[in-house]
Amino acid sequence: MTLRQGFDPLTLRATGLACRRGERVLVEGLDFEVGPGRALLLKGPNGAGKTTLLMTLYGAIRPHSGGFAFEGADADTASFMHLFGHQSAIKPRLSVAENLAFWAAVNGNSASIDAALDAVRLASIAWLDAGYLSAGQTRRLAWARLLVSPRPVWLLDEPTSALDAQGDAMVAQLIDAHLDQGGLVVAATHLPLALRDPARVTELRIGTTP
Amino acid sequence: MTGFSAIIMRDLRLALRSGGDALTLVLFFVMIGVVVPFAIGPDRELLARLAPGIVWIAAFLSMLLGLDRLFRTDHDDGTLLLLRSAQTPLAAVALAKMIAHWLLTAVPLIVATPLLAVMLAMDMQGFMRALVSLLIGTPALVALGAVGASVTVTIRRGGLIAPVLILPLAIPVLIFGVGAITTGPGPDQSGSALLLLAAISLITVALSPFAAGLAIASGED
Amino acid sequence: MSIDTTPRQSWWTRIAHPGQFTAWTTPWLKPLAVVTVLLFALGLWFAFFNSPEDYQLGDTVRIMYVHVPTAWLSQFIYAAMAVSAVGTLVWRHPMADVSMKAAAPLGATFTALALFTGSLWGRPTWGTFWEWDGRMTSTLVLLLIYLGIIALWRAFEDQLRAARVVAIFTLVGAVNIPIIKFSVDWWATLHQPASVFRPDGPRMPGSILTPLFVMLFAFTFLFFTLHLMGMHTEIKRRRLINLERRAAERGGAA
Repeated sequence: MTLRQGFDPLTLRATGLACRRGERVLVEGLDFEVGPGRALLLKGPNGAGKTTLLMTLYGAIRPHSGGFAFEGADADTASFMHLFGHQSAIKPRLSVAENLAFWAAVNGNSASIDAALDAVRLASIAWLDAGYLSAGQTRRLAWARLLVSPRPVWLLDEPTSALDAQGDAMVAQLIDAHLDQGGLVVAATHLPLALRDPARVTELRIGTTP
Repeated sequence: MTGFSAIIMRDLRLALRSGGDALTLVLFFVMIGVVVPFAIGPDRELLARLAPGIVWIAAFLSMLLGLDRLFRTDHDDGTLLLLRSAQTPLAAVALAKMIAHWLLTAVPLIVATPLLAVMLAMDMQGFMRALVSLLIGTPALVALGAVGASVTVTIRRGGLIAPVLILPLAIPVLIFGVGAITTGPGPDQSGSALLLLAAISLITVALSPFAAGLAIASGED
Repeated sequence: MSIDTTPRQSWWTRIAHPGQFTAWTTPWLKPLAVVTVLLFALGLWFAFFNSPEDYQLGDTVRIMYVHVPTAWLSQFIYAAMAVSAVGTLVWRHPMADVSMKAAAPLGATFTALALFTGSLWGRPTWGTFWEWDGRMTSTLVLLLIYLGIIALWRAFEDQLRAARVVAIFTLVGAVNIPIIKFSVDWWATLHQPASVFRPDGPRMPGSILTPLFVMLFAFTFLFFTLHLMGMHTEIKRRRLINLERRAAERGGAA
């Protein structure tokens, strides 16, 4: 990755945040703060509300009560955030490079597509129809989407799912590099993430075990 | 390439590479023309008199049938969710998809119209008018269809409800579309019908991207 | 169920809470119902005993006293729905959702009634139960729009999310309805020059106008009463669903 510029500092601050899915309130009374260069890991059992919280921060769901703000961001659009969710949004019958080029055009990019494919080790099959990719390769292509358009906030839902040990290491490296540049990460994961510097990681437990 | 044109190019590429999908709608369109004489008899005079209405009903139904595919695949694979944070605003996304959809569904229909004209014993003047009225009126059908598709995209089997929602709203398009071909006995008002049709197309195409973008943003999954 | 976290300020904010709304408006129900019944009694008396027969159609013209108000209501209710839709989209007022949802079946019913009475009224003149007359056709299309909106409500599981989407569609419909009327009138004049429904202009004699206006008010108050009842029912329905969900969760955790 040849990205040298850092991000403008952004802070995510939540006060009394409560999220609902459908008509069920899943989490309530959340107060947290994530500063630039820091990561917030959401831990908890499945169905506890981690995905719902990420979706609320992304703006796809309205908070049930309370609020949050990304201080320092142009809050009119969501285009300072990347969502890395369960679905990779990769289209079969388009090549790997064509898929990435689409997202580069639509998200605005200032990083090269080739460099992004290099970083996720898909450069050698850039011409291949994306329908032939394995689950792990599809996830890596989804990561390339985040790399090709640099944005300060990353919302990650199970970032290491479907990846092998090498893939896990790659994810940890990418997150570390992002934090190094002053970016901010909120990640929901029930697998351990081997980040380099534990001092910049905070954990938040979602959902109490009955 | 801007995000707007990237969306159009991608939708076109996907459709062209996936083969016969767009052709199914054209087949449906032509089949209505085949089926009608079985229902009302092969009398050429009768067919010629009803032809403008039949051509438009066929186009109308085909477009309504196809409107679900406007947003559904993108919703199902998560693209629509990610497009919320794109630099291209959702209204522009909707407009780009509408343009691609028109090129992929309406244009093949218009190209297949000669077949229908021949089967329904249309004369040359009627046929030329039919072509023009379809060209001008189908954008309105796509625009209204986009509203129906965006409103129902988060419903699991919403593809059945969308045509029901849009059909009443599209009646003016049908009325003026047929009127632009022929206005029956009495003075010929097809010219004014064509202008009114054009006006409806302009209004709906201008406004529906905003309605569709808002509907996509409001429903979530 | 306690959704309300806003401080109690103006009445506008207060009635946003469903419980508050119900408490605040329940005392209105009885007076509204009473006014409705009185207006109907007055109107029907006028209609049957104190207004002239139509010199051509005889007594059947009296069905106009039901047809015209229901036709007026079919449009008024859509306007009420559209205003509620604006409330949902612009101010996100929770009672706007409920108001929109309660109005739809009422609108459909009154529109269907308008079509029914219109067809009864037209039968002596036309000889058939239906003619594709401009106004009847527009009313029929309006009925289809109402039914589509009701179907849309039922297709969603999450009614809160459904509200915004239905609101958008309602407003798109509102913009389209004048266009539909215009196009249907254009189409009707192409194929059929005359319309049956004369009595709509101010040149009507006062003896018809008075009962007509009374019936108009009677029906409008009927709508207000039924609409309020419908809103209360919808609020109770949502509360019930919430309680059932909570019971399921508690039962599952035990």
